[in-house]
Amino acid sequence: MIGPYYKPQMTSLMSITHRASGIFLSVIGAPLMLWWIIATASGPQAFATFEQYIGSWIGMLAVAATVLCLCFHFLNGIRHLVWDTGRALDIKTATTAGWIVLIGTVVLTAALLGVLL
Amino acid sequence: MSMINPIAKARGLGSAKEGVHHWYAQRASAVLLIFLMGWMIYSAFSLAGGGYEASRAFIANPFNAAFLSLLLVVVLYHAMLGLQVVIEDYVHQPAMEIILYFITRAGAYIMMALGIVHIMKLALGA
Repeated sequence: MIGPYYKPQMTSLMSITHRASGIFLSVIGAPLMLWWIIATASGPQAFATFEQYIGSWIGMLAVAATVLCLCFHFLNGIRHLVWDTGRALDIKTATTAGWIVLIGTVVLTAALLGVLL
Repeated sequence: MSMINPIAKARGLGSAKEGVHHWYAQRASAVLLIFLMGWMIYSAFSLAGGGYEASRAFIANPFNAAFLSLLLVVVLYHAMLGLQVVIEDYVHQPAMEIILYFITRAGAYIMMALGIVHIMKLALGA
C-alpha cells in the first residue's frame, strides 16, 4: 500500500493501526493484565513489586501504550463490527465514524490514564 | 473451463470443507469482548489507586472472578486468532509460519491456564 501512487487515507491508516494495536495488546497488554492477576494472587509483597515496576518510567510507558491501544482497538473494533453487518460502508460515513473513534480514543485514554497513573 | 465439480461449486466449500469459522469466531469473540472489556474498563476506574487490598477484594468476589476468567479466555482466544491472520498475511516462510503459529497458540493457552488458576486461588480463599 505504500508507494508512489499511494495517498494516505484515514480508512487504510486506521486499518493498519487496528492490526498494530492488536499485536501490541497481545504481546504487551495481555501479559501485563496476567501479571496484575498473578501479583494479586501472590500476596502483598508480590503486589508491591508489581507496583514498583509499573511505577517506573518504562512501566508507566507500557501501561499508557496499552491503554491507548486498548481504547483505540475497542472503539475501532465496534466500527469494524458495524461494517460486518453491511452498514456504514460508504467513504463519507466510514470517515465520519473514523473521526468519532479517534476523538473517543483520546477522551477514553485520557480519562483512564488520569485515574491509573 | 473450471476444474471444480458443479456440486462443489454450488456448496461453496473447498477442500477444507469450511471457511467461515475463523472469521465468525473472531467476530463473535469481539462482540463478547465489548461487554467483558467494557466491564473491566469500568471496574478499572474503581480499582485504580486502591492498591493491593482493592485488587484482592475485587478478584476474590466470585462474580468478578467468573467474569475475569471469562474475559481472560475470550481475550486470549481473540488475540490468538488475530495474530494467526497477521502471521498468515506477512510471514511467507513455511517453517517460520508454523513456529510462530505454534508459539502464538501455546502462549495463549499457557496464559489462560495461569490466569484462571491464580483467579481461582483468590476466589476460593486460599
